[in-house]
Amino acid sequence: MGRMLALRDALREAMSEEMRRDDTVFLMGEEVAEYNGAYKVSKGMLDEFGSKRVIDTPIAELGFAGIGVGAAMNGLRPIIEFMTWNFAVLAFDQIVNNAAKTLSQSAGQFKCPIVFRGPTGSAGQLAQQHSQTFESWMANVPGLKVISCVDPADAKGLLKSAIRDDDPVCVMESELLYGHTGEVPDGEYLVPIGVAAVRRHGTDVTLVSFNKMMLPTLEAADILASEGISAEVIDLRTIRPLDARTVIESVKKTNRIVVIDESWPFAGVSAEVAYVVQKHAFDYLDAPVTRINAADTSLGYAPTFVEEYLPNAGKIVRAVKEVMYMRY
Amino acid sequence: MVARKKKTDSAPAHPKERYLYWYELMLRIRRFEERALVMYGQQKIRGFCHVYIGQEAVAAGIESAIRREDCIVTAYRQHGTALGRGVTSREAMAELFGKATGIVKGKGGSMHFFSAKHRYFGGNGIVGAQIPIGTGIAFAEKYKGTDNLCVTMFGDGAARQGALHESFNMAMAWKLPVLYIVENNGYAMGTSVSRTSNVVELYKLGASYDMPSEPVDGMNPEAVHEAVSRAAEYIRAGNGPYFLEVRTYRYKGHSVSDPAKYRTKEEVEAYKERDPIKLIESIIRDKEIATEQELQAIRDLIKEEIDDCVRFAEESPWPDPSELYTDNYVQADYPFIRD
Ligand SMILES: Cc1ncc(C[n+]2csc(CCOP(=O)(O)OP(=O)(O)O)c2C)c(N)n1
Ligand SMILES: [Mg+2]
Repeated sequence: MGRMLALRDALREAMSEEMRRDDTVFLMGEEVAEYNGAYKVSKGMLDEFGSKRVIDTPIAELGFAGIGVGAAMNGLRPIIEFMTWNFAVLAFDQIVNNAAKTLSQSAGQFKCPIVFRGPTGSAGQLAQQHSQTFESWMANVPGLKVISCVDPADAKGLLKSAIRDDDPVCVMESELLYGHTGEVPDGEYLVPIGVAAVRRHGTDVTLVSFNKMMLPTLEAADILASEGISAEVIDLRTIRPLDARTVIESVKKTNRIVVIDESWPFAGVSAEVAYVVQKHAFDYLDAPVTRINAADTSLGYAPTFVEEYLPNAGKIVRAVKEVMYMRY
Repeated sequence: MVARKKKTDSAPAHPKERYLYWYELMLRIRRFEERALVMYGQQKIRGFCHVYIGQEAVAAGIESAIRREDCIVTAYRQHGTALGRGVTSREAMAELFGKATGIVKGKGGSMHFFSAKHRYFGGNGIVGAQIPIGTGIAFAEKYKGTDNLCVTMFGDGAARQGALHESFNMAMAWKLPVLYIVENNGYAMGTSVSRTSNVVELYKLGASYDMPSEPVDGMNPEAVHEAVSRAAEYIRAGNGPYFLEVRTYRYKGHSVSDPAKYRTKEEVEAYKERDPIKLIESIIRDKEIATEQELQAIRDLIKEEIDDCVRFAEESPWPDPSELYTDNYVQADYPFIRD
C-alpha cells in the first residue's frame, strides 16, 4: 500500500526518517528551520528535531558547505541544503576540492559522508543566473556521486541511500516539481544509487532522460504511441555512477536512442550516454545517437526564450522520427 | 533671539530643487513598484520580482549626492536603483514584461537591468556577487585615473558572504574609490539580521579593515544624501573606500511569493510611520519649500508616466526567439552547438 505524496513531502520523509534512525544526521542551510524551507521541503523539521539538528545559516554557501565537510570528516552525517544549485557554485571549492578528495588525500583515513542537495534546472522565467543545471558539472568529479530524480518514491529511497552512503553525494531536485505527486510506498525502503529505472517498455526506440525532463519525455512517448511508435523510456535516476548497462541493453533491443537532457550540450550527460552507447552497442545502432538539450546559450527572461531554450515533447517526437528515418 | 533661532531651525537644509527631485524620484519608484505588483498579479510579469517599496530614500539620497559619471552596481532588488540612475519607467516596465523594448531587450527581467550609458552595472541575482564586482569597477576607475567612484550596494544578507571580507581588505590595501552601501532592511528573506551573526550593527564590519564606516538613517533622503556626500568627497580625495550602513525597511515581503510571516504588523506599521515620501512631503509643506500645486503637478506627472509605461510595455513586441543566440558571445559568428 502506498500514499500519494508530493516530491517535497517524500524528500522530507527521507530526511526525517534518517534523522530518527541516526542522531549524527543533521540538516543545515538557508531558511531550512524557522521559515520551513524556501520551498517547504523541511517543513516541520525544526519542530521535531530542534535547532541543534535543523540549522539556519547566514547566506554563506562556501562557509557552511565547508563546515559540513569538516563535520563529516569528524564523524557526523550532514545534509547541506542549497536554496538552488545555482548558489552552490559558491561552494564548489569545498565540494570539489575537499568533499570529493578527502578520502583519496588521506589514504582512506578520513571519509566524507555528506549530502549536498537542492533544486537544479530552469524554473520558468528566472533568467540567466537562476536557470542552470549542474548534473554534468558534479558528475565530472571522481569522488562524488550524483543523483537527479523527481519521482517521489524513488527520490525518497535514493535520498535515504545517499544519507547512509559513506561517500559524498550530490542530490539534484527540481523547484518546479516539488509539488509533483506520485505513489510512495509505506514503510521502510531504500532505492540503490547507480541503478536506472525503465519507466515504460517499448521496442522501437530508447528514450533516456532524468529529473524534470522525464515529463516531456513520457509525454512524447504517449504521442509516439498514438502514432504506432513504441518507445522504451529510461529514467537514469543516478547520473554518477551511470547505469550504462540498462541503457545498452535497451538499445540492443530497440537499435535507436534519443537522449533528453536539460544540461547544455557540450560535455553534458547526453554526451556521456552517447559515448557508452556507441562504444558498447555500436553494432546494434540503426541510426546515430541523437540528443535534445537545452540551447547552447544562457537563458534570457522572456517567455519566447524559455520556449526556444528547453527540450519539449514536440522536439523529442521530431528527434525520434529523425532516428527512425520517418517524415515529420 | 528666540525668534531668530526658530527661523534658522525652520530653514530647509537643502535647495528647493533637491527636495523636489527627491519627491519626484521616490514617488516614481513607489508608484512604479505598486503597479509592478498589480501587473505581477495579472501574470504580465513572471519569475522573481523583488520590489523597493520602503527603501526609496536610499536611491534618492545616493543619486542627489553623486555624479552621473559615477558607477553603481547592486543586487536583484534593483528597479528603484535603476530608475534613480535614469533608466526610464518605459524601459523598466517593458523589461519586467519581458518585451524587446526593455532596458535589456527582455533578456534580464526583474533582477537584471543594466544600462551602460547610465553607468549602471547591473542587478545581480547571486547574493553578494556584486561586492567584489563593484570593487573591480572602482579599481578600473582608479587605473584609468578618473575621480569617479563606484557605489557598491548590497543587502544585510549579502553582508555575510565571505566575498565582503576579501573585497574590503583589497579595497583598503589598494585605496580603491569604492563606496560600499549595505541596505540593511532588517531581513534576508525570512532571516532577521540578528539571527545571522553576533554583530548586528553592520557598519562595524568595516572596523577590522580600518575602513571609515557609519550608520545612516535610510528612511530619510536628507540623511542619506549628507552621508553619501561626505563619503564621496573623502573617496574622491584619494583616501580609499568608505562604508555606510543605511538602515531601511522593505514594506512588502522578500519577493512576490513571500507572505512575510516572520515579522509583526506593528513593526511594519512603525516603519510606515516614518515613510520617506511622507517625510519629504511634510518637510516641503512645513518649510513652505514648494506650493501644493507644485506637488500636485509632480503627482500628476508620475501618474501619467506610470500609466504610459504600462501601455508601452503592453504594446511592445516579444523578443524574437532567435535573440536567444545573440549576446552570448561578442564574436558574431560563434559556432553554437545546434543539433
Ligand atoms: C548566493 C546566493 N544564495 C542564496 C540566494 C537566494 N536569495 C535570494 S535573495 C536572498 C536574501 C538576501 O537578502 P539581503 O541581502 O538582505 O537583500 P534584500 O532581499 O533584503 O534586499 C537569498 C537568500 C541567492 N540569490 N544567491
Ligand atoms: Mg535585507
